[in-house]
Amino acid sequence: MAISPSFEVDRETPGWKKFFNKLRQIPWTWRITFGYLTVMLFLPIAAMFLKASTEPPAKFWEIATSPLALATYNVTFVTSLLAALLNGFFGTLIAWVLVRYDFPLKRIIDATVDLPFALPTSVAGLTLATVYSDNGWIGSLLAPLGLKVSFTRTGVAVAMIFISLPFVVRTVQPVLQEMEHEIEEAAWSLGASQWQTFWKVILPPLFPTILTGIALGFSRAVGEYGSTVIISSNTPYQDLIAPVLIFQRLEQYDYSGATVIGMVLLIISLVLLLAINILQAWSRRYDSK
Amino acid sequence: MTVNEPSFHSTPSGKATVKPKQTKSWVPALLIGIAIAYLALVQYIPALNVFIQAFSKGIGPFFANLSKPAFLHAAWLTLLLALISVPLNTVFGLCAAWAIARHNFPGKAVVLSIIDLPFSISPVVAGLMIVLLYGRNGWFGPWLQAHDIQIIFAFPGMVLATSFVSMPFVAREVIPVLEEFGSDQEEAARTLGANDWQTFWRVTLPSIRWGLLYGLILTNARAMGEFGAVSVVSGNIADKTQSLPLFVEDAYKQYETEAAFSAAVLLALLAVVTLVLKEILERKTRIKDVE
Repeated sequence: MAISPSFEVDRETPGWKKFFNKLRQIPWTWRITFGYLTVMLFLPIAAMFLKASTEPPAKFWEIATSPLALATYNVTFVTSLLAALLNGFFGTLIAWVLVRYDFPLKRIIDATVDLPFALPTSVAGLTLATVYSDNGWIGSLLAPLGLKVSFTRTGVAVAMIFISLPFVVRTVQPVLQEMEHEIEEAAWSLGASQWQTFWKVILPPLFPTILTGIALGFSRAVGEYGSTVIISSNTPYQDLIAPVLIFQRLEQYDYSGATVIGMVLLIISLVLLLAINILQAWSRRYDSK
Repeated sequence: MTVNEPSFHSTPSGKATVKPKQTKSWVPALLIGIAIAYLALVQYIPALNVFIQAFSKGIGPFFANLSKPAFLHAAWLTLLLALISVPLNTVFGLCAAWAIARHNFPGKAVVLSIIDLPFSISPVVAGLMIVLLYGRNGWFGPWLQAHDIQIIFAFPGMVLATSFVSMPFVAREVIPVLEEFGSDQEEAARTLGANDWQTFWRVTLPSIRWGLLYGLILTNARAMGEFGAVSVVSGNIADKTQSLPLFVEDAYKQYETEAAFSAAVLLALLAVVTLVLKEILERKTRIKDVE
Protein backbone atom coordinates (compact mmCIF):
# COMPACT_ATOMS: atom_id res chain seq x y z
CA MET A 1 0.00 0.00 0.00
CA ALA A 2 1.38 3.35 -0.99
CA ILE A 3 0.16 5.16 2.08
CA SER A 4 2.63 8.02 2.18
CA PRO A 5 3.86 9.13 -1.22
CA SER A 6 5.63 12.46 -0.66
CA PHE A 7 3.76 15.56 -1.72
CA GLU A 8 6.25 16.32 -4.46
CA VAL A 9 5.54 13.06 -6.24
CA ASP A 10 1.87 13.51 -5.76
CA ARG A 11 1.88 16.85 -7.54
CA GLU A 12 3.69 15.40 -10.51
CA THR A 13 1.55 12.33 -11.12
CA PRO A 14 -1.52 13.11 -13.20
CA GLY A 15 -4.95 12.05 -12.02
CA TRP A 16 -5.44 9.18 -14.45
CA LYS A 17 -2.10 7.69 -13.43
CA LYS A 18 -3.05 7.79 -9.76
CA PHE A 19 -6.29 6.08 -10.68
CA PHE A 20 -4.32 3.51 -12.60
CA ASN A 21 -1.97 2.91 -9.71
CA LYS A 22 -4.91 2.45 -7.40
CA LEU A 23 -6.36 -0.03 -9.86
CA ARG A 24 -3.12 -1.99 -9.82
CA GLN A 25 -3.34 -2.38 -6.07
CA ILE A 26 -6.59 -4.29 -6.40
CA PRO A 27 -5.91 -8.01 -5.95
CA TRP A 28 -5.91 -9.95 -9.20
CA THR A 29 -8.76 -12.16 -8.00
CA TRP A 30 -10.97 -9.09 -7.94
CA ARG A 31 -9.72 -8.02 -11.34
CA ILE A 32 -10.55 -11.39 -12.89
CA THR A 33 -13.94 -11.45 -11.19
CA PHE A 34 -14.92 -8.01 -12.38
CA GLY A 35 -13.33 -8.42 -15.77
CA TYR A 36 -15.27 -11.61 -16.42
CA LEU A 37 -18.49 -10.18 -15.01
CA THR A 38 -18.09 -7.11 -17.21
CA VAL A 39 -17.58 -9.07 -20.40
CA MET A 40 -20.14 -11.76 -19.69
CA LEU A 41 -22.83 -9.94 -17.75
CA PHE A 42 -22.60 -6.14 -17.52
CA LEU A 43 -21.83 -5.47 -21.19
CA PRO A 44 -24.68 -7.63 -22.52
CA ILE A 45 -27.17 -6.13 -20.05
CA ALA A 46 -25.95 -2.64 -20.90
CA ALA A 47 -26.31 -3.39 -24.61
CA MET A 48 -29.86 -4.49 -24.04
CA PHE A 49 -30.82 -1.45 -21.96
CA LEU A 50 -29.26 0.88 -24.51
CA LYS A 51 -31.01 -0.82 -27.40
CA ALA A 52 -34.30 -0.59 -25.52
CA SER A 53 -33.73 3.08 -24.72
CA THR A 54 -33.33 3.98 -28.40
CA GLU A 55 -37.01 3.14 -28.69
CA PRO A 56 -39.26 6.15 -27.86
CA PRO A 57 -41.26 5.37 -24.70
CA ALA A 58 -44.57 5.48 -26.54
CA LYS A 59 -43.32 3.00 -29.13
CA PHE A 60 -41.85 0.81 -26.40
CA TRP A 61 -45.18 0.75 -24.60
CA GLU A 62 -47.02 0.00 -27.82
CA ILE A 63 -44.84 -3.03 -28.59
CA ALA A 64 -44.78 -4.22 -24.99
CA THR A 65 -48.57 -4.12 -24.71
CA SER A 66 -49.56 -5.27 -28.20
CA PRO A 67 -52.36 -7.85 -28.06
CA LEU A 68 -50.00 -10.65 -29.09
CA ALA A 69 -47.48 -9.68 -26.41
CA LEU A 70 -50.20 -9.48 -23.78
CA ALA A 71 -51.43 -12.93 -24.78
CA THR A 72 -47.93 -14.36 -24.37
CA TYR A 73 -47.58 -12.74 -20.93
CA ASN A 74 -50.87 -14.31 -19.99
CA VAL A 75 -49.68 -17.76 -21.06
CA THR A 76 -46.23 -17.30 -19.53
CA PHE A 77 -47.01 -15.72 -16.18
CA VAL A 78 -50.41 -17.17 -15.36
CA THR A 79 -49.34 -20.69 -16.34
CA SER A 80 -46.05 -20.36 -14.42
CA LEU A 81 -47.91 -19.14 -11.37
CA LEU A 82 -50.36 -22.05 -11.51
CA ALA A 83 -47.49 -24.52 -11.96
CA ALA A 84 -45.54 -22.97 -9.08
CA LEU A 85 -48.56 -22.99 -6.76
CA LEU A 86 -49.32 -26.62 -7.57
CA ASN A 87 -45.68 -27.44 -6.86
CA GLY A 88 -45.89 -25.40 -3.67
CA PHE A 89 -48.47 -27.87 -2.41
CA PHE A 90 -47.04 -31.12 -3.76
CA GLY A 91 -43.43 -30.05 -3.28
CA THR A 92 -44.06 -29.36 0.41
CA LEU A 93 -45.78 -32.72 0.70
CA ILE A 94 -42.82 -34.46 -0.95
CA ALA A 95 -40.37 -32.65 1.34
CA TRP A 96 -42.49 -33.65 4.35
CA VAL A 97 -42.60 -37.29 3.32
CA LEU A 98 -38.85 -37.36 2.68
CA VAL A 99 -38.03 -35.78 6.03
CA ARG A 100 -40.53 -37.49 8.32
CA TYR A 101 -41.18 -40.99 7.02
CA ASP A 102 -39.12 -44.01 6.21
CA PHE A 103 -40.00 -46.17 3.25
CA PRO A 104 -38.23 -48.36 0.73
CA LEU A 105 -36.16 -46.65 -1.98
CA LYS A 106 -36.34 -43.37 -0.08
CA ARG A 107 -32.71 -42.48 -0.77
CA ILE A 108 -33.15 -43.00 -4.51
CA ILE A 109 -36.35 -40.98 -4.56
CA ASP A 110 -34.62 -38.23 -2.61
CA ALA A 111 -31.73 -38.16 -5.08
CA THR A 112 -33.96 -38.16 -8.16
CA VAL A 113 -35.87 -35.06 -7.07
CA ASP A 114 -33.01 -33.13 -8.67
CA LEU A 115 -33.55 -34.80 -12.05
CA PRO A 116 -34.99 -31.65 -13.69
CA PHE A 117 -31.81 -29.76 -12.75
CA ALA A 118 -29.64 -32.35 -14.46
CA LEU A 119 -31.78 -33.36 -17.43
CA PRO A 120 -31.26 -31.06 -20.44
CA THR A 121 -34.45 -29.13 -21.12
CA SER A 122 -34.79 -30.26 -24.72
CA VAL A 123 -34.82 -33.88 -23.55
CA ALA A 124 -37.43 -33.00 -20.95
CA GLY A 125 -39.58 -31.31 -23.57
CA LEU A 126 -39.20 -34.21 -25.99
CA THR A 127 -40.17 -36.90 -23.52
CA LEU A 128 -42.96 -34.91 -21.85
CA ALA A 129 -44.45 -34.14 -25.26
CA THR A 130 -44.34 -37.86 -26.11
CA VAL A 131 -45.70 -39.15 -22.81
CA TYR A 132 -48.54 -36.61 -22.72
CA SER A 133 -49.41 -36.77 -26.43
CA ASP A 134 -52.73 -38.30 -27.47
CA ASN A 135 -51.13 -41.69 -28.02
CA GLY A 136 -48.52 -41.42 -25.27
CA TRP A 137 -48.45 -43.38 -22.04
CA ILE A 138 -50.32 -40.84 -19.94
CA GLY A 139 -51.89 -38.78 -22.72
CA SER A 140 -53.79 -41.77 -24.09
CA LEU A 141 -55.44 -42.20 -20.69
CA LEU A 142 -56.43 -38.53 -20.58
CA ALA A 143 -57.59 -38.27 -24.20
CA PRO A 144 -60.88 -40.15 -23.65
CA LEU A 145 -61.66 -37.64 -20.90
CA GLY A 146 -61.36 -34.91 -23.51
CA LEU A 147 -58.12 -33.64 -22.01
CA LYS A 148 -55.47 -32.78 -24.53
CA VAL A 149 -52.12 -32.01 -22.92
CA SER A 150 -49.30 -31.94 -25.46
CA PHE A 151 -49.40 -28.99 -27.86
CA THR A 152 -51.79 -27.08 -25.63
CA ARG A 153 -51.46 -24.68 -22.74
CA THR A 154 -51.87 -27.59 -20.32
CA GLY A 155 -48.73 -29.09 -21.83
CA VAL A 156 -46.85 -25.87 -21.19
CA ALA A 157 -48.02 -26.11 -17.58
CA VAL A 158 -46.79 -29.71 -17.33
CA ALA A 159 -43.33 -28.68 -18.60
CA MET A 160 -43.27 -25.81 -16.12
CA ILE A 161 -44.28 -28.14 -13.29
CA PHE A 162 -41.46 -30.49 -14.23
CA ILE A 163 -38.87 -27.75 -14.33
CA SER A 164 -39.84 -25.97 -11.10
CA LEU A 165 -40.65 -28.87 -8.74
CA PRO A 166 -37.14 -29.33 -7.26
CA PHE A 167 -36.99 -25.67 -6.28
CA VAL A 168 -39.84 -26.09 -3.80
CA VAL A 169 -38.68 -29.46 -2.45
CA ARG A 170 -35.06 -28.41 -2.02
CA THR A 171 -35.98 -25.13 -0.36
CA VAL A 172 -38.46 -26.60 2.12
CA GLN A 173 -36.62 -29.85 2.93
CA PRO A 174 -33.63 -28.48 4.92
CA VAL A 175 -35.82 -26.11 6.92
CA LEU A 176 -38.23 -28.91 7.79
CA GLN A 177 -35.30 -31.06 8.79
CA GLU A 178 -33.97 -28.53 11.25
CA MET A 179 -37.30 -27.78 12.80
CA GLU A 180 -37.46 -28.65 16.48
CA HIS A 181 -39.32 -31.84 17.19
CA GLU A 182 -39.99 -30.66 20.73
CA ILE A 183 -42.48 -28.01 19.72
CA GLU A 184 -44.59 -30.60 17.98
CA GLU A 185 -44.36 -32.93 20.94
CA ALA A 186 -45.42 -30.11 23.22
CA ALA A 187 -48.45 -29.51 21.03
CA TRP A 188 -49.28 -33.21 21.06
CA SER A 189 -48.96 -33.49 24.82
CA LEU A 190 -51.32 -30.54 25.13
CA GLY A 191 -53.86 -32.59 23.25
CA ALA A 192 -53.58 -31.20 19.75
CA SER A 193 -54.36 -33.57 16.93
CA GLN A 194 -51.84 -34.26 14.21
CA TRP A 195 -53.72 -32.04 11.82
CA GLN A 196 -53.93 -29.18 14.34
CA THR A 197 -50.23 -29.55 15.08
CA PHE A 198 -49.39 -29.32 11.41
CA TRP A 199 -51.73 -26.44 10.70
CA LYS A 200 -50.99 -24.31 13.77
CA VAL A 201 -47.45 -25.24 14.80
CA ILE A 202 -45.49 -26.41 11.78
CA LEU A 203 -46.97 -24.47 8.90
CA PRO A 204 -46.68 -20.85 10.14
CA PRO A 205 -42.87 -20.78 10.50
CA LEU A 206 -42.56 -22.85 7.33
CA PHE A 207 -44.74 -20.54 5.29
CA PRO A 208 -42.06 -17.99 4.21
CA THR A 209 -39.86 -20.87 3.11
CA ILE A 210 -42.63 -22.42 1.03
CA LEU A 211 -43.26 -19.02 -0.53
CA THR A 212 -39.55 -18.69 -1.33
CA GLY A 213 -39.64 -22.08 -3.04
CA ILE A 214 -42.72 -21.08 -5.02
CA ALA A 215 -41.09 -17.81 -6.06
CA LEU A 216 -37.90 -19.61 -7.15
CA GLY A 217 -39.92 -22.12 -9.16
CA PHE A 218 -42.06 -19.39 -10.67
CA SER A 219 -39.00 -17.40 -11.70
CA ARG A 220 -37.51 -20.46 -13.38
CA ALA A 221 -40.78 -21.37 -15.11
CA VAL A 222 -41.20 -17.85 -16.50
CA GLY A 223 -37.82 -17.99 -18.20
CA GLU A 224 -38.02 -21.61 -19.27
CA TYR A 225 -37.65 -22.16 -22.98
CA GLY A 226 -36.31 -25.58 -23.99
CA SER A 227 -38.99 -27.85 -22.62
CA THR A 228 -41.91 -25.46 -23.09
CA VAL A 229 -41.14 -24.68 -26.74
CA ILE A 230 -41.14 -28.38 -27.61
CA ILE A 231 -44.32 -29.36 -25.80
CA SER A 232 -46.21 -26.28 -26.98
CA SER A 233 -47.71 -25.89 -30.45
CA ASN A 234 -46.54 -22.25 -30.30
CA THR A 235 -49.86 -21.00 -31.63
CA PRO A 236 -50.31 -17.27 -31.04
CA TYR A 237 -53.03 -16.38 -28.51
CA GLN A 238 -53.20 -20.00 -27.35
CA ASP A 239 -49.99 -21.45 -26.03
CA LEU A 240 -47.30 -19.10 -27.30
CA ILE A 241 -44.97 -18.15 -24.43
CA ALA A 242 -43.02 -14.91 -24.19
CA PRO A 243 -39.53 -16.45 -24.71
CA VAL A 244 -40.74 -18.02 -27.97
CA LEU A 245 -42.11 -14.66 -29.09
CA ILE A 246 -38.64 -13.16 -28.54
CA PHE A 247 -37.14 -15.98 -30.57
CA GLN A 248 -39.61 -15.49 -33.42
CA ARG A 249 -39.02 -11.73 -33.49
CA LEU A 250 -35.28 -12.36 -33.74
CA GLU A 251 -35.79 -14.80 -36.59
CA GLN A 252 -37.65 -12.05 -38.44
CA TYR A 253 -34.74 -9.67 -37.74
CA ASP A 254 -37.14 -7.53 -35.70
CA TYR A 255 -34.51 -6.57 -33.14
CA SER A 256 -36.48 -3.83 -31.43
CA GLY A 257 -39.50 -6.09 -31.08
CA ALA A 258 -37.35 -8.80 -29.52
CA THR A 259 -35.60 -6.29 -27.26
CA VAL A 260 -38.81 -4.80 -25.90
CA ILE A 261 -40.28 -8.19 -24.94
CA GLY A 262 -36.84 -9.21 -23.64
CA MET A 263 -36.73 -6.10 -21.45
CA VAL A 264 -40.14 -6.91 -20.00
CA LEU A 265 -38.94 -10.42 -19.11
CA LEU A 266 -35.62 -9.13 -17.75
CA ILE A 267 -37.27 -6.52 -15.54
CA ILE A 268 -39.75 -9.07 -14.21
CA SER A 269 -36.95 -11.52 -13.40
CA LEU A 270 -35.05 -8.74 -11.61
CA VAL A 271 -38.16 -7.90 -9.58
CA LEU A 272 -38.57 -11.60 -8.77
CA LEU A 273 -34.94 -11.83 -7.70
CA LEU A 274 -35.50 -8.93 -5.32
CA ALA A 275 -38.69 -10.52 -4.00
CA ILE A 276 -36.90 -13.84 -3.43
CA ASN A 277 -34.11 -12.10 -1.51
CA ILE A 278 -36.67 -10.36 0.70
CA LEU A 279 -38.56 -13.63 1.21
CA GLN A 280 -35.34 -15.41 2.17
CA ALA A 281 -34.51 -12.71 4.69
CA TRP A 282 -38.03 -13.09 6.07
CA SER A 283 -37.73 -16.86 6.46
CA ARG A 284 -34.32 -16.50 8.12
CA ARG A 285 -35.95 -14.31 10.77
CA TYR A 286 -37.38 -17.45 12.29
CA ASP A 287 -33.91 -18.94 12.74
CA SER A 288 -32.99 -16.57 15.54
CA LYS A 289 -36.18 -17.31 17.45
CA MET B 1 -33.84 -36.42 10.12
CA THR B 2 -31.42 -39.27 10.60
CA VAL B 3 -30.17 -37.36 13.60
CA ASN B 4 -33.57 -36.56 15.03
CA GLU B 5 -35.32 -39.85 14.63
CA PRO B 6 -33.16 -42.26 16.69
CA SER B 7 -32.97 -39.92 19.67
CA PHE B 8 -36.71 -39.60 19.57
CA HIS B 9 -37.27 -43.30 19.83
CA SER B 10 -34.39 -44.37 22.01
CA THR B 11 -34.82 -42.04 24.96
CA PRO B 12 -36.24 -44.36 27.60
CA SER B 13 -38.31 -41.80 29.47
CA GLY B 14 -40.03 -38.45 29.05
CA LYS B 15 -40.36 -37.12 25.52
CA ALA B 16 -40.19 -40.44 23.79
CA THR B 17 -43.46 -41.55 25.23
CA VAL B 18 -45.29 -38.52 23.89
CA LYS B 19 -47.26 -39.58 20.88
CA PRO B 20 -49.83 -37.63 18.91
CA LYS B 21 -53.30 -38.07 20.29
CA GLN B 22 -54.85 -39.45 17.17
CA THR B 23 -52.30 -41.55 15.42
CA LYS B 24 -53.77 -42.48 12.10
CA SER B 25 -51.62 -45.18 10.65
CA TRP B 26 -52.94 -44.68 7.15
CA VAL B 27 -51.85 -41.03 7.01
CA PRO B 28 -48.13 -41.64 6.30
CA ALA B 29 -48.94 -44.30 3.72
CA LEU B 30 -51.37 -41.99 1.96
CA LEU B 31 -48.92 -39.07 1.92
CA ILE B 32 -46.08 -41.26 0.66
CA GLY B 33 -48.42 -42.60 -2.02
CA ILE B 34 -49.42 -39.11 -3.19
CA ALA B 35 -45.79 -37.95 -3.23
CA ILE B 36 -44.62 -40.91 -5.29
CA ALA B 37 -47.60 -40.68 -7.65
CA TYR B 38 -46.89 -37.00 -8.31
CA LEU B 39 -43.19 -37.66 -8.88
CA ALA B 40 -44.05 -40.58 -11.15
CA LEU B 41 -46.42 -38.51 -13.29
CA VAL B 42 -44.03 -35.60 -13.61
CA GLN B 43 -40.59 -37.22 -13.53
CA TYR B 44 -40.29 -40.99 -13.47
CA ILE B 45 -42.60 -41.97 -16.31
CA PRO B 46 -41.16 -39.33 -18.67
CA ALA B 47 -37.60 -40.32 -17.71
CA LEU B 48 -38.32 -43.99 -18.31
CA ASN B 49 -39.96 -43.09 -21.60
CA VAL B 50 -36.67 -41.67 -22.96
CA PHE B 51 -34.95 -45.03 -22.67
CA ILE B 52 -37.84 -47.16 -23.88
CA GLN B 53 -38.47 -45.01 -26.93
CA ALA B 54 -34.78 -45.02 -27.86
CA PHE B 55 -34.55 -48.82 -27.73
CA SER B 56 -38.08 -49.54 -29.01
CA LYS B 57 -36.71 -50.87 -32.29
CA GLY B 58 -33.76 -52.63 -30.71
CA ILE B 59 -30.08 -51.92 -30.25
CA GLY B 60 -29.26 -51.93 -33.98
CA PRO B 61 -31.26 -48.87 -35.05
CA PHE B 62 -30.14 -47.11 -31.89
CA PHE B 63 -26.48 -47.41 -32.86
CA ALA B 64 -27.29 -46.63 -36.49
CA ASN B 65 -28.77 -43.34 -35.32
CA LEU B 66 -25.71 -42.62 -33.23
CA SER B 67 -23.30 -43.10 -36.10
CA LYS B 68 -24.90 -40.51 -38.38
CA PRO B 69 -22.57 -37.59 -39.16
CA ALA B 70 -25.03 -34.92 -37.99
CA PHE B 71 -25.25 -36.61 -34.60
CA LEU B 72 -21.50 -37.11 -34.30
CA HIS B 73 -20.85 -33.48 -35.13
CA ALA B 74 -23.42 -32.34 -32.58
CA ALA B 75 -21.90 -34.55 -29.88
CA TRP B 76 -18.41 -33.28 -30.68
CA LEU B 77 -19.61 -29.66 -30.53
CA THR B 78 -21.29 -30.23 -27.17
CA LEU B 79 -18.09 -31.72 -25.79
CA LEU B 80 -16.09 -28.79 -27.12
CA LEU B 81 -18.51 -26.27 -25.60
CA ALA B 82 -18.12 -27.90 -22.19
CA LEU B 83 -14.34 -28.16 -22.58
CA ILE B 84 -14.08 -24.41 -23.06
CA SER B 85 -16.75 -23.00 -20.79
CA VAL B 86 -16.22 -25.25 -17.77
CA PRO B 87 -12.56 -24.19 -17.21
CA LEU B 88 -13.46 -20.54 -17.87
CA ASN B 89 -16.22 -20.61 -15.30
CA THR B 90 -14.05 -22.53 -12.84
CA VAL B 91 -11.34 -19.86 -12.90
CA PHE B 92 -13.95 -17.14 -12.57
CA GLY B 93 -15.83 -19.01 -9.87
CA LEU B 94 -12.71 -19.60 -7.76
CA CYS B 95 -11.60 -15.98 -8.08
CA ALA B 96 -15.05 -14.67 -7.27
CA ALA B 97 -15.47 -17.04 -4.35
CA TRP B 98 -12.09 -16.07 -2.92
CA ALA B 99 -12.72 -12.36 -3.39
CA ILE B 100 -16.15 -12.55 -1.78
CA ALA B 101 -15.56 -15.05 1.02
CA ARG B 102 -12.24 -13.60 2.16
CA HIS B 103 -13.25 -9.94 2.25
CA ASN B 104 -15.89 -8.01 4.04
CA PHE B 105 -17.22 -5.02 2.24
CA PRO B 106 -20.45 -3.09 1.96
CA GLY B 107 -22.77 -4.48 -0.67
CA LYS B 108 -21.58 -8.07 -0.38
CA ALA B 109 -25.16 -9.31 -0.68
CA VAL B 110 -25.57 -7.25 -3.84
CA VAL B 111 -22.45 -8.76 -5.43
CA LEU B 112 -23.71 -12.23 -4.54
CA SER B 113 -27.04 -11.48 -6.21
CA ILE B 114 -25.23 -10.16 -9.28
CA ILE B 115 -23.31 -13.42 -9.59
CA ASP B 116 -26.63 -15.29 -9.36
CA LEU B 117 -28.19 -13.15 -12.09
CA PRO B 118 -27.59 -15.58 -14.97
CA PHE B 119 -29.89 -18.03 -13.16
CA SER B 120 -32.81 -15.64 -13.05
CA ILE B 121 -32.41 -14.31 -16.57
CA SER B 122 -34.32 -16.33 -19.14
CA PRO B 123 -31.91 -18.20 -21.44
CA VAL B 124 -33.61 -16.66 -24.46
CA VAL B 125 -33.04 -13.18 -23.04
CA ALA B 126 -29.39 -14.13 -22.41
CA GLY B 127 -29.08 -15.17 -26.04
CA LEU B 128 -30.79 -11.97 -27.15
CA MET B 129 -28.32 -9.87 -25.16
CA ILE B 130 -25.39 -11.60 -26.83
CA VAL B 131 -26.98 -10.99 -30.24
CA LEU B 132 -27.45 -7.30 -29.39
CA LEU B 133 -23.77 -7.09 -28.49
CA TYR B 134 -22.09 -9.08 -31.24
CA GLY B 135 -24.76 -9.40 -33.93
CA ARG B 136 -24.80 -7.54 -37.24
CA ASN B 137 -26.66 -4.58 -35.76
CA GLY B 138 -25.00 -4.92 -32.36
CA TRP B 139 -22.46 -2.75 -30.58
CA PHE B 140 -19.44 -4.65 -31.82
CA GLY B 141 -21.14 -5.77 -35.04
CA PRO B 142 -19.55 -3.27 -37.46
CA TRP B 143 -16.09 -3.73 -35.95
CA LEU B 144 -16.39 -7.51 -36.06
CA GLN B 145 -17.59 -7.40 -39.64
CA ALA B 146 -14.73 -5.16 -40.67
CA HIS B 147 -12.31 -7.69 -39.21
CA ASP B 148 -14.23 -10.60 -40.65
CA ILE B 149 -14.91 -12.21 -37.29
CA GLN B 150 -18.13 -14.14 -36.94
CA ILE B 151 -19.51 -14.62 -33.43
CA ILE B 152 -23.25 -14.88 -33.85
CA PHE B 153 -24.39 -17.96 -35.79
CA ALA B 154 -20.97 -19.42 -35.10
CA PHE B 155 -19.07 -21.34 -32.44
CA PRO B 156 -17.77 -18.33 -30.40
CA GLY B 157 -21.32 -17.14 -29.80
CA MET B 158 -22.29 -20.60 -28.58
CA VAL B 159 -19.35 -20.53 -26.17
CA LEU B 160 -20.47 -17.14 -24.85
CA ALA B 161 -24.05 -18.34 -24.38
CA THR B 162 -22.96 -21.57 -22.69
CA SER B 163 -20.57 -19.78 -20.37
CA PHE B 164 -23.23 -17.23 -19.48
CA VAL B 165 -25.85 -19.72 -18.33
CA SER B 166 -23.40 -21.93 -16.41
CA MET B 167 -21.45 -19.07 -14.84
CA PRO B 168 -22.63 -19.02 -11.18
CA PHE B 169 -22.38 -22.71 -10.21
CA VAL B 170 -18.73 -22.91 -9.08
CA ALA B 171 -18.78 -19.58 -7.23
CA ARG B 172 -22.02 -20.49 -5.52
CA GLU B 173 -20.82 -23.89 -4.29
CA VAL B 174 -17.36 -22.73 -3.22
CA ILE B 175 -18.33 -19.52 -1.34
CA PRO B 176 -20.08 -21.28 1.59
CA VAL B 177 -17.29 -23.86 1.89
CA LEU B 178 -14.63 -21.14 1.95
CA GLU B 179 -16.57 -19.17 4.53
CA GLU B 180 -17.00 -22.18 6.76
CA PHE B 181 -13.38 -23.23 6.41
CA GLY B 182 -12.13 -19.86 7.61
CA SER B 183 -8.81 -18.22 6.85
CA ASP B 184 -6.78 -19.36 9.89
CA GLN B 185 -4.87 -22.09 8.11
CA GLU B 186 -4.16 -19.84 5.15
CA GLU B 187 -2.74 -17.19 7.45
CA ALA B 188 -0.64 -19.81 9.21
CA ALA B 189 0.73 -20.98 5.87
CA ARG B 190 1.57 -17.41 4.94
CA THR B 191 3.42 -16.69 8.16
CA LEU B 192 5.43 -19.83 7.48
CA GLY B 193 6.53 -18.20 4.24
CA ALA B 194 4.22 -19.70 1.64
CA ASN B 195 3.35 -17.44 -1.26
CA ASP B 196 -0.19 -16.89 -2.56
CA TRP B 197 -0.01 -19.70 -5.08
CA GLN B 198 1.41 -22.23 -2.61
CA THR B 199 -1.18 -21.27 -0.03
CA PHE B 200 -3.95 -21.78 -2.55
CA TRP B 201 -2.60 -25.05 -3.92
CA ARG B 202 -1.60 -26.70 -0.64
CA VAL B 203 -4.04 -25.29 1.91
CA THR B 204 -7.15 -23.82 0.32
CA LEU B 205 -7.72 -26.18 -2.58
CA PRO B 206 -7.68 -29.42 -0.55
CA SER B 207 -10.25 -28.02 1.84
CA ILE B 208 -12.66 -26.84 -0.85
CA ARG B 209 -12.19 -29.76 -3.22
CA TRP B 210 -15.61 -31.36 -2.68
CA GLY B 211 -17.45 -28.07 -3.05
CA LEU B 212 -15.43 -27.29 -6.14
CA LEU B 213 -16.11 -30.71 -7.65
CA TYR B 214 -19.81 -30.29 -6.96
CA GLY B 215 -19.77 -26.93 -8.73
CA LEU B 216 -17.84 -28.42 -11.65
CA ILE B 217 -20.36 -31.22 -12.13
CA LEU B 218 -23.28 -28.81 -12.15
CA THR B 219 -21.45 -26.44 -14.51
CA ASN B 220 -20.71 -29.29 -16.87
CA ALA B 221 -24.29 -30.60 -16.82
CA ARG B 222 -25.70 -27.18 -17.58
CA ALA B 223 -23.06 -26.45 -20.23
CA MET B 224 -23.74 -29.70 -22.08
CA GLY B 225 -27.51 -29.42 -21.71
CA GLU B 226 -28.16 -25.76 -22.45
CA PHE B 227 -30.73 -25.23 -25.15
CA GLY B 228 -32.40 -21.82 -25.07
CA ALA B 229 -29.46 -19.44 -25.05
CA VAL B 230 -27.44 -21.55 -27.48
CA SER B 231 -30.31 -21.93 -29.91
CA VAL B 232 -30.78 -18.14 -30.08
CA VAL B 233 -27.15 -17.39 -30.96
CA SER B 234 -26.23 -20.48 -32.97
CA GLY B 235 -28.69 -20.27 -35.83
CA ASN B 236 -29.03 -24.05 -35.47
CA ILE B 237 -27.35 -25.14 -38.69
CA ALA B 238 -27.03 -28.93 -38.89
CA ASP B 239 -23.42 -30.15 -39.12
CA LYS B 240 -22.19 -26.67 -38.26
CA THR B 241 -23.63 -24.98 -35.20
CA GLN B 242 -25.86 -27.68 -33.76
CA SER B 243 -25.12 -28.93 -30.29
CA LEU B 244 -26.66 -32.12 -28.92
CA PRO B 245 -29.72 -30.50 -27.25
CA LEU B 246 -30.40 -28.61 -30.49
CA PHE B 247 -30.03 -31.84 -32.44
CA VAL B 248 -32.68 -33.47 -30.23
CA GLU B 249 -35.18 -30.71 -30.90
CA ASP B 250 -34.37 -30.49 -34.61
CA ALA B 251 -34.72 -34.26 -35.15
CA TYR B 252 -38.03 -34.22 -33.29
CA LYS B 253 -39.37 -31.35 -35.40
CA GLN B 254 -38.30 -33.23 -38.56
CA TYR B 255 -40.32 -36.24 -37.37
CA GLU B 256 -37.16 -38.30 -36.87
CA THR B 257 -38.39 -39.26 -33.42
CA GLU B 258 -36.07 -42.24 -33.08
CA ALA B 259 -32.98 -40.18 -33.85
CA ALA B 260 -34.19 -37.61 -31.36
CA PHE B 261 -34.63 -40.21 -28.63
CA SER B 262 -31.29 -41.88 -29.40
CA ALA B 263 -29.51 -38.59 -28.82
CA ALA B 264 -31.76 -37.87 -25.84
CA VAL B 265 -30.57 -41.09 -24.20
CA LEU B 266 -27.00 -39.79 -24.19
CA LEU B 267 -28.09 -36.55 -22.57
CA ALA B 268 -30.24 -38.45 -20.09
CA LEU B 269 -27.22 -40.58 -19.20
CA LEU B 270 -25.32 -37.37 -18.60
CA ALA B 271 -28.09 -36.41 -16.19
CA VAL B 272 -27.90 -39.79 -14.46
CA VAL B 273 -24.12 -39.52 -14.05
CA THR B 274 -24.56 -36.00 -12.71
CA LEU B 275 -27.12 -37.15 -10.14
CA VAL B 276 -25.00 -40.11 -9.02
CA LEU B 277 -21.87 -37.99 -8.62
CA LYS B 278 -23.90 -35.37 -6.78
CA GLU B 279 -25.19 -37.97 -4.37
CA ILE B 280 -21.70 -39.37 -3.75
CA LEU B 281 -20.33 -35.90 -3.09
CA GLU B 282 -23.21 -35.03 -0.81
CA ARG B 283 -22.56 -38.13 1.26
CA LYS B 284 -18.86 -37.35 1.41
CA THR B 285 -19.46 -33.82 2.66
CA ARG B 286 -22.13 -35.03 5.08
CA ILE B 287 -19.68 -37.50 6.59
CA LYS B 288 -17.13 -34.72 6.87
CA ASP B 289 -19.68 -32.56 8.67
CA VAL B 290 -20.27 -35.23 11.27
CA GLU B 291 -16.57 -35.72 11.97
